[in-house]
Amino acid sequence: MSQDVAIRMTGVTKTFGTVIANDGVDLDIRKGEVLSLLGENGSGKTSLMNMLSGIYYPDSGHIYVGGNEVSIKSPKDAYELGIGMIHQHFKLVDIFTAAENIMLGLEENGRPGSKSVTAKIKEICDNYGFEIDPNKKIYDMSVSEKQTLEIVKVLYRGADILILDEPTAVLTPQETEKLFKVIGNMKAAGKSVVIITHKLHEVLRISDRVAILRKGRYIGTVDTKDVNEQILTEMMVGAKVSLNIERDEPVNTVKRISVKNISCNDREGLPVLKDVSFDVYAGEILGIAGISGCGQKELLESIAGLQEVSEGGHIIFSDPKTGNDEELVGKSPRAIKELGVSLSFVPEDRLGMGLVASMDMTANMMLKDYNESSGIFVDKKKPEKLAKKIKKELGVVTPGITTPVGKLSGGNVQKVLVGREIASSPTVLMTAYAVRGLDINTSLHIYKLLNEQKKNGVAVIYVGEDLDVLLELCDKILVLCGGQVNGYLDARTTTKEEVGMKMMYLSNHGGK
Amino acid sequence: MSNIKVVKEPLIRFTKRTDISRTKTILIRAAAVVLSLIVAAIVIVCVTGLNPLEVYVSMFEGAFSSTRRIWITFRDTMVLLCIAIALAPAFKMKFWNIGAEGQMLVGGIVTAGIMIYFGNSLPMPVLMPLMLISSLVVGALWGLLPAVFKAYWNTNETLFTLMMNYVAIQLTSFFVAQWENPFGSNTVGIINANTQGGWFPAIFGQTYVLNVIIVVLIMIGMYIYLGNTKQGYEVAVVGESENTARYAGINVKWVVIRTMLISGALCGLAGFIGVAGVDHTISTGTAGGRGFTAIIVAWMSKFNTYTMFIVSFFLVFLDQGAKEIASSFNLNEYASEVVTGIILFFLLGCEFFINYKVILRNKSKEEA
Repeated sequence: MSQDVAIRMTGVTKTFGTVIANDGVDLDIRKGEVLSLLGENGSGKTSLMNMLSGIYYPDSGHIYVGGNEVSIKSPKDAYELGIGMIHQHFKLVDIFTAAENIMLGLEENGRPGSKSVTAKIKEICDNYGFEIDPNKKIYDMSVSEKQTLEIVKVLYRGADILILDEPTAVLTPQETEKLFKVIGNMKAAGKSVVIITHKLHEVLRISDRVAILRKGRYIGTVDTKDVNEQILTEMMVGAKVSLNIERDEPVNTVKRISVKNISCNDREGLPVLKDVSFDVYAGEILGIAGISGCGQKELLESIAGLQEVSEGGHIIFSDPKTGNDEELVGKSPRAIKELGVSLSFVPEDRLGMGLVASMDMTANMMLKDYNESSGIFVDKKKPEKLAKKIKKELGVVTPGITTPVGKLSGGNVQKVLVGREIASSPTVLMTAYAVRGLDINTSLHIYKLLNEQKKNGVAVIYVGEDLDVLLELCDKILVLCGGQVNGYLDARTTTKEEVGMKMMYLSNHGGK
Repeated sequence: MSNIKVVKEPLIRFTKRTDISRTKTILIRAAAVVLSLIVAAIVIVCVTGLNPLEVYVSMFEGAFSSTRRIWITFRDTMVLLCIAIALAPAFKMKFWNIGAEGQMLVGGIVTAGIMIYFGNSLPMPVLMPLMLISSLVVGALWGLLPAVFKAYWNTNETLFTLMMNYVAIQLTSFFVAQWENPFGSNTVGIINANTQGGWFPAIFGQTYVLNVIIVVLIMIGMYIYLGNTKQGYEVAVVGESENTARYAGINVKWVVIRTMLISGALCGLAGFIGVAGVDHTISTGTAGGRGFTAIIVAWMSKFNTYTMFIVSFFLVFLDQGAKEIASSFNLNEYASEVVTGIILFFLLGCEFFINYKVILRNKSKEEA
């Protein structure tokens, strides 16, 4: 075995019941390289890496670290072998400080506040270019800070091989830049970095090699310099795919919703939205851009009747059937529905709000209209038909429509949710991070569905995080910054830089 | 290569099963029963020196040796089952109602009161519905209080319902003192022993047929309510996630209150059955801990009311068996409860093997 291989996996197989997550996968991770792991949703990327980090144990196959065969039974074994994984969902204790979280579970001496610990943290930060305050509590941290801390935590434990699971999914473009710089520094220091990501342009920019999985099988590893997005997508999907997002000129646009002076507070009473006003037009896709947690969630929930709005705010819905204007503020979701407003909402929290995880597809189909049939019994025939239709049309991968949706992979869960919301033939369709965590093929499918809705005269609101997609897909872009409107741009003429700037700096505060 | 690690698969690993066939489930359960009987036999021999087979036979005799005993087994099953069914909607909503004991007692108090004051004056067709409805209403009210506090102020329902049990017990003591008969006995005695006013009438010459009819009807009704009605669907959604419920336009507060009204009412009904249909008296022991046993029944059955019937029946059978062993072998009841405890332990423990697969290290694999 050549000296520069840090980890070699051969014939690694892992099954969950009847589902084969990984099927005889061979993979080499070299020393000092950035390797991207690419594959569609449910292709087994995360489960493969979980076997390296000691979360799962392979059914069969061999893992070699530094040339020796090893058996990784727990995350602790992984740490001892110098393997550290940064998961998609951070594993930090909210009420602890950064230093306390770093020390958590370590048996060595040294209190979190002690000089030696602080010095070691500082040394790591200086070496790789991290910015971190060891005494800051987690609940005061932004998503990007938490992620930085997770990486520092892993490095503190002496990891030489870092695995990052979709690290950029929750970052702004600027934060992503910073992360890439840090990854570059780690590579220069001889560490191996594996990143799992769906964003092809990032793969091409940051990695040296790309390993591709398809349906649990290893397809191959290619040098990044030899490939482009088209080739990668085709390797991933196994078929020719067009990567272009269509955008037709909007026709017959009419004002559908007028949001006026909306303000609201979060549970702690802190303001989240401040005096937000804008219009939404039927036949258009309105993109909403902003750093995560800038009021996007509250804005959509205000329109859906789930968020209390401060006095003085109005949300006026212009009914296309009757021509009447209806006030939505102060109405519950059911009251809004009873007004005849057909509002579809794909919330950010798919399983915690949009769907019931323990119920099957059929039961989830009737979530919003179970009450519409007459009598005291639920009608299961209609939702069953709809479930079958969605499974077929959107290609939901599931053992059957009676499987609880919580057991499906992220992409399939999203298909179920989007499918249901579109099936109710809405006049307004709101989506929050509709393609978060979805692979390129599924994402393209969702864009196509949104475009179809736009063509049908639906007012579509698309809250997104990928600026490239926002610029390609939407007709207009509303930029939120700190809960305020910081721009209402024409997506056809604006640039990525302009949107990024407006996400970061409030124009009227002279920040820039 | 200085520090070569010895590569060893862990000796035992557990992985979650995603699918398991029905026959395999039944086989695992059967194996658990057989194992428990073997272990219990060893304990019996060691502790008492008795022949374990004789002990098992007498357990069966305790529950089934005569028509009367079979009816008593059914009678007790029905009360336990009724409470378990009552708990099902609340638990499905993740509202931890552990106040069944109290809700049953208050239902029993009104039933006893009506028997004492009107049992000999009102005709049966008026008396029975009156007791039925009163017990339902009182039980519902007892459940309403914690539900309202939960819905509007998010108080902890576990503590609230638990504390309400003690209030109900004190209330029962008060009424027992009020209705003491004969004077100085500190019990209510058998109410209307001569006239049998307010007692469940015998049907087909059998005393407990009405108990069975009422509870079986509720069992079927609750199954349909939870599985097929809009209200049952709302209960399930609220239990899974309040956010999802709000998103779906469900009035969460109302569903919490409505469901607890139903749960409390059915517990009250169990009190009615317990007093008018079984004991014909009231005491602080009327519920007898069955409000808590029913929690086990509800959970073991995964809220399927038909399964609840089987589980209740089994628990009552074990209980009757334990009493029989105690009396026929002259043991104290604790010894026989050890036996039933062992059987329960194995049956609950085997759930682990139904949910998880155990993988032993493959011995044929050569070591590196």
